Amino acid sequence: MTQPGLLTVFLILLPLVASLTLSLVKGEQVKKLALVFSLAELAIGLFAWSKFDAADARAQFLYDTNWVASLGIHFAVGMDGISMLLVLLTVVLVPLIILSSFKNEFKKPNALYALILFMQAGLIGVFTSLDAFLFYVSWEAALIPIYFICAIWGGEDRIRITFKFFVYTIFGSLFMLLGIIYLYFMTPDHSFSLLSFYQVSLSPTAQSWLFWCFFLAFAIKMPIFPFHTWQPDTYTTAPTAGTMLLSGIMLKMGIYGVMRWLLPVLPMGVLEWGNTAMILSVIGIVYASIIAFTQKDTKRLIAYSSIAHVGLISAGVFALNVQGMQGAMIQMVSHGINVVGLFFVIEIIYQRTKTRETFNLGGIANEAPVLATCFMIIMLGAVALPLTNGFIGEFMLLNGVFNYNILLSAIAGLTIIFGAVYMLRMYQKVMLGEVNNVTAGFTDLFASEKAVLFIICALVIVIGVYPKPILSVSEVAVNNLLEVIKLRMQ
Amino acid sequence: MTSIIIITITAIVVLYLGLYKAQKALLPVSILGLLASGATAFMAWGSELSYFNDMIVFNNYAIAFTILLVVTTILIFLLSRDYFEHISSNVAEYYAILLFALAGGVVMVSFQNLSMLFIGIEILSVSMYIMAGIKRRNIASNEAALKYFLLGAFSTGFLLFGIALVYGATGSFNIDQIAAHASENPLLFNVGLTLMLIAMAFKVGVAPLHFWTPDVYQGTPTLVTTFMSTVVKTAGFAAFLRLFTVAFGASSHVWMVTVSVMVVLTLFIGNVTAAFQSNQKRLLAYSSISHAGYMLIAILALGGASANSILIYSIAYSIASVAAFGVMILVKQQRGSDDITAFNGLAKNNPALALIMTIAMCSLAGIPLTAGFFGKFFIFGTAISAHYTWLVAIAVLMAAVGIYYYFKVIIAMYLRKGEEGNIIQVSTHYQFVLAFCALVTILLGVLPGLITNLL
Repeated sequence: MTQPGLLTVFLILLPLVASLTLSLVKGEQVKKLALVFSLAELAIGLFAWSKFDAADARAQFLYDTNWVASLGIHFAVGMDGISMLLVLLTVVLVPLIILSSFKNEFKKPNALYALILFMQAGLIGVFTSLDAFLFYVSWEAALIPIYFICAIWGGEDRIRITFKFFVYTIFGSLFMLLGIIYLYFMTPDHSFSLLSFYQVSLSPTAQSWLFWCFFLAFAIKMPIFPFHTWQPDTYTTAPTAGTMLLSGIMLKMGIYGVMRWLLPVLPMGVLEWGNTAMILSVIGIVYASIIAFTQKDTKRLIAYSSIAHVGLISAGVFALNVQGMQGAMIQMVSHGINVVGLFFVIEIIYQRTKTRETFNLGGIANEAPVLATCFMIIMLGAVALPLTNGFIGEFMLLNGVFNYNILLSAIAGLTIIFGAVYMLRMYQKVMLGEVNNVTAGFTDLFASEKAVLFIICALVIVIGVYPKPILSVSEVAVNNLLEVIKLRMQ
Repeated sequence: MTSIIIITITAIVVLYLGLYKAQKALLPVSILGLLASGATAFMAWGSELSYFNDMIVFNNYAIAFTILLVVTTILIFLLSRDYFEHISSNVAEYYAILLFALAGGVVMVSFQNLSMLFIGIEILSVSMYIMAGIKRRNIASNEAALKYFLLGAFSTGFLLFGIALVYGATGSFNIDQIAAHASENPLLFNVGLTLMLIAMAFKVGVAPLHFWTPDVYQGTPTLVTTFMSTVVKTAGFAAFLRLFTVAFGASSHVWMVTVSVMVVLTLFIGNVTAAFQSNQKRLLAYSSISHAGYMLIAILALGGASANSILIYSIAYSIASVAAFGVMILVKQQRGSDDITAFNGLAKNNPALALIMTIAMCSLAGIPLTAGFFGKFFIFGTAISAHYTWLVAIAVLMAAVGIYYYFKVIIAMYLRKGEEGNIIQVSTHYQFVLAFCALVTILLGVLPGLITNLL
């Protein structure tokens, strides 16, 4: 290809075009059409992966053109290893999410799928932007569709809950915008380019302020304790496709933002406040795990477990060492896959029994052995059993936190024990035991459900046994990132 | 200059047409006149011509704002078909008075001499006093007119007194001359300046001098409210900025603190009060106060980019407001109410209208990929480059509040259930104006480069 950068542009444009097309299509074909578009996107993503040179730390597939010339705003996109991995995660999960919604009946399905694909464009934009302005625009472009997905197709009390989510996140991102404009005026060449941002040197005080501007946006998105209050309600009330998008991909935007736009841009701010962020992350782990214990609603339980997991990922990132960062990278992928699988299992059970409460369920394993096996595999991945994908990530993350501070790593390590307890207990209550009148006659998986769960289970095991392809994608880029940070901290 | 003449002649012709009962001709003639005046302004782009011994100077600044005012008026006039007929039998008055007001607005954006500023403001204001009270038998309208007129007359007094003092201090009405002689008699000059600041703040509806806005906006016919919140406000800010950059730019230390207090108050009162409104018209009235607050930031930041920021903000704000008020008029006609609840379920019955309203609300709220986002972006950028970061932090906080109340309407349209099958018929005029506004809003949101370098 003469211009490899067009590949990244295609990755952003294809879902946009697909979204416009779907919004005009009527009828039942829309689900299949959405799947076809997302598979095409997957093909482009995989093609980019095959052409990707993992030994090169710089951004590849660069495309740079003027957008608003008078302000130095560029449409600049490209992928280094970190971006590549998250783009891969996005292009793999979106078709799975679309396929997993095949059994649902939605009013106005074309609007739903159009919004999902529009969001995908925003997500890819976030993960590939090399211009702060484009990053901000993509960030919001990913938020608006998910807001409408949750607000229109969500469950009980959705208007109030999703509005809280929306105002909360946009509040955070407005402060990020403030930070971006401020940094723009501090760049030597008045530009929004990432590389110019890396050259800004500010006083530690200014960096501390800016740290909070950015951190607020990212922490709300992830979410980190105490900015998480929107999350459990939103995850619970959102339609499952929306919950999957939120937890599987969107929360990674926050972590990615920290890695790309916070740590290397404001190293002095990180020196000052990184420890606080670390402690907040660890508090979140323990706090969310304890609450997860007491949840009766399975969807809510997984929502809280997600807070615990993301807390550990963020702690690994703020540890500022290779193990932590690389652990965060692979755990972002694993967590995305596992959490989508878990929410899908909950959705399957809900569709058949119309309940998500643990005390109503039981004995499903007798009626649906295939589902039970898949659920078991995904759950073992989520509780980080060796030879599953969750293990590699959690091990490296804890190793990273350990190198940072032993006490914190000990507390953070509780997540594995806690996680195992509440997840296994949920599994036991839902799947094992006596069949009751709610779960009697539970039909096992349909073909489309099998397809999704088998792919997810395969990923859980393959990544768990042989994580090297994933790790090697981001390795050089992560090392390079850490070098930049260290250099700028001096 | 030709623009002013054409607008005035059109207004007089329209009056005569009304006298001879040529109802059908009113709208076409007005639109033609406006198109002609817009075109002549456009032809003069790039030239800098002064008239009547420097009373009026038509430079790019004046031309850009003139075109914006004329285009907004055209859009509003297109919405007026069949609208004024419902209210009154003397339709010609409406067109004529609005055209006179527009002429006043054009004088305000092109003045070079304080007496022209005063005349422009008065032409505009007197027309608006009449428009506010035009529903003679309506109590709300009477209250609005009386309030507006009394307070407005009061502030005119401030303006005139201020002009007199500034003249006393500098010996000139010409804003260039005033700037040159600003330091000769500081006491007189500063008092005059402050009085003028108060008067201008009143005219554009900045807190703590905003009290007239909500009542007047609610009491007047909605289409006139649209005119007030777009044309009148834009003209007011253009004049405000021109006066304060050219004449009082060098003495910014005198008014800086006052204006920054005004900004904070305006943003706070406008946004927080708007968040509690359940009536859409009142919500837009309070939100227009908050927009005045954002624009005032650009005046405070006073730099090369201020003019551009205000122009971009005014364009985005005017276009989005016309769309928002247009949809609101339709909803009110069909459902008899302009409360937010009247919008319930609009997306189901009229998806296109709901989409346009959503675009308008997103633009007013400053969501990316709409023109309003770039409006705020430029204002914030200008302020940060002038080291008003703390002020921008407050503005950002208030923008979040803004998103809250603008999205209340979107939620009503998309998420709440309304009456089934209550479909609103939209005439071609409305279709054209609303689609035009929505498209321009998106276009400028994606390609702001089209207007960023005008001034």
